[in-house]
Order: sequence, then C-alpha cells, then structure tokens
Amino acid sequence: MPHDHADHDHPHTLLPPDPALRVKALETILTQKGLIDPAALDEIIETYETKIGPRNGAHVVAKAWTDPTFKAALLKDATAAVSEMGYYGRQGEHMIVVENTDEVHNIVVCTLCSCYPWPLLGIPPTWYKSDAYRARAVREPRKVLAEFGVTLPSDMSVRVWDSTAETRYLVLPQRPKGTDGMDEATLMGLITRDSMIGTGLASAP
Amino acid sequence: MSRVHDMGGRFGDGAIVPEAEDDPVFHEDWHGRALAVTLAAGALGKWNIDISRHGRECLPPVDYASMSYYEKWMAGLAGLLVDANVLTREELAQGCAIGSSDLTDKRMDADKVAGVLASGGPADRPSDVPVAYSVGDMVRTRTINGNRHVNGGHTRLPSYAVGAVGRILMNHGTHILPDSSAHRLGDAAEPLYAVAFAASELWANPEHPKDEVVLDLWQSYLSAAT
Repeated sequence: MPHDHADHDHPHTLLPPDPALRVKALETILTQKGLIDPAALDEIIETYETKIGPRNGAHVVAKAWTDPTFKAALLKDATAAVSEMGYYGRQGEHMIVVENTDEVHNIVVCTLCSCYPWPLLGIPPTWYKSDAYRARAVREPRKVLAEFGVTLPSDMSVRVWDSTAETRYLVLPQRPKGTDGMDEATLMGLITRDSMIGTGLASAP
Repeated sequence: MSRVHDMGGRFGDGAIVPEAEDDPVFHEDWHGRALAVTLAAGALGKWNIDISRHGRECLPPVDYASMSYYEKWMAGLAGLLVDANVLTREELAQGCAIGSSDLTDKRMDADKVAGVLASGGPADRPSDVPVAYSVGDMVRTRTINGNRHVNGGHTRLPSYAVGAVGRILMNHGTHILPDSSAHRLGDAAEPLYAVAFAASELWANPEHPKDEVVLDLWQSYLSAAT
C-alpha cells in the first residue's frame, strides 16, 4: 500500500515564519507567475465582508417564520428553497435546514475541519474554527451552550450535527414569544448568527 | 489511526470564547488575504476540496496544534502548490517567480469572482453502487478506521464514532467519496447518509440520555447492525 506524504521538510517551512509575510510571499509569487489577480483577492474579501454573511440566513429564517408554505419547502429541500432567494453558492451546494422545537435543540459543528454554510452565514467566527469548539461540541454540547449563555429545559434533547460531508446545516431557531404580527424585516433583527449555528437562541423582542 | 485534525470528543481544550455578532469577519488584514489567495489558487483547478483538506491534515501535528486557523491554510496551500507542480520549492524559498507557468489561462480575474463564488461545486454524482440502507435501519461504523486505498490517507469517519451503532436518519443521495477523491483516485461516488448516534453510544459519561450526535457517513463506512 502506498504511504502518504513524507513527514519532514514540509514546503511551508520554506516561507517566512511571520504569517502576514507568509501570505504576502505566496501572493507575490503567484501574481508574478500570472496565476492570481490581486484585484480578484480584493473582490473576494469585499464579498465576504459586505455581501455574503449571516443577514442572508436571517432573511431565510424570518421568511420561514412568516410563510408556512416557504417553511415547508425549506425543510423539505433547503437547497432549492434558498436558491430561489439567491442564496446558492460555494459551501452551500447541499443545504439542510434543521428545526428547533420544544422537544429538540440543534447545534452544528465540524469536528474534522471548519465546514459551514457560507452562502447563508458567511465566513465562520473564530470560535467555530477553534480546537475547543471542534473537540467539545459533540461530547458536551450543554456545557458548550452554557458558555454561550444558553440553558435548555431538562426535558429538551440536543442533537449535534457534525458536518463530515459536503452537506451544510442551518438551524431554524424557534420564533420568540411576543413577536406575533411582526413583519419579516423586524424579525430579521432578532435572528443572530449564533442562533442559526445553534449556540444561541433568537433574541427576545 | 487518524491524523491531528481528528479532535472530536478530545479532552483538555478549555473554554470557548464567543464573539460579538458584529465582530469583524477578518480580525487581521492578512486573514482575508489568506482566504482569498487560497480561493484564487484553488480556482486554477489543480486540486479538489478533498485534496486541499488532506493537505492541511498532513501538516505535522506540532505545527497543526500551534498554528492559528489561517496559518494552517497558508501552510496547507504551500504544500498543495508544490505537490501539484504549480510552484517549486525554490520559488517558495526565494519568494519570487522563477520561470513561467502554463496555467495562466486559468487565472480567476476580478470580474469572474462573483460567478465562481455563486456557482459552487456540488459533490453529488451518479453512482452504480446500490443503496443498502433505508431510513430507520441500524448500522455500525467501521471498527478499524482509516483510508482503505492509501495508508494514512484522507477519510471522514471521525475517531470518536468508530465502531458505533446508529440509526439511518436521512439518505443524501450519492456523493463523491473523499477517501478516493483526495488521492486523485476518482470520484467513486456512493450513497451518503445522515446517521444518528445516541450520545451514550459515543461517550463514557453522556450529558443527557436523550442527546444525539448526527454524522454524514458514506455507505462503505457502514455495515448492517441488528
């Protein structure tokens, strides 16, 4: 059986140790080679800073809270439902939406790397990519939730979704009490990023 | 055996530090640059997502554990660029291009970015592998983990779920098998399932009797359990 990779002299050791210089070195070499366009890098950064982020997911959730037909479609085929809203793309090719209820609370992690539904939530926060979250969310989700200030009723079960394939999970949080009659735009203000990962709840009005 | 990235369930990592909802997407300028260089280099088409994940996983454990997130991305990218003959070790060492590339027509220019990000890269593929399990069936994961094609190769069954019995919760259709794709051995698509495991099946001291962990697992990771 072939063995994978020599475990010494990794190419990264050839680059400068300082991370900012490291990135600069790779960008410089690839640009000189004609393989990347620095303006494309600016475009990617701007896209994830200003265009693709958790407001997209909040829009989906608010629509699901106010439109039962859309909610049913979302839970049946999330990829199709969010695509119709313009939220298809890289790292969201196979979307599944899981609904929080009085019986079950959902929470999403990627223990092996950092899989996350980019078109709906953007680039994950640092804690989502941290060793501590990756290691602990599957084994002790309730302790993890407590660190986010969330305590669940004792009769509620927790379902942790470990994103081990290309399917990407978005939590549909419970609609807070006292929000009857609120429109989609107002409801969006209650829907946090963490509530769609499952480490938080939607905010009270 | 597995590699350093396979940390689900591990003890000793300490508290999680939540972030405010309005914290910057990139905490340092070079973080955004690292993400963008990685995406732009990926657009050259010399590797797939499984190869790139495996590149990061193959970092020496001491480096993986000490590097921040985007440092791992940069180190993984350096390895991918050399492995795929996009850049040479000498170029990395010198910090400048030496000679020309035959890949320049693959460069993702700024006006292509929106289209590339919006089109994505689906992982479902047709497959001749018959579907073996239905929703509700009980299955057991491999009792010895590891890539069956390449020793130390890429696989997506986390160690914490090895040899565990769970219940088929969803059938996701047929997807590229990372164990094959990561080593340029073809897509080898096969059925992929969401499998639910009771926390008590995975942990010595589960937090709650009703809790579950769900993993997406390929059919070849599973066998029927009664």
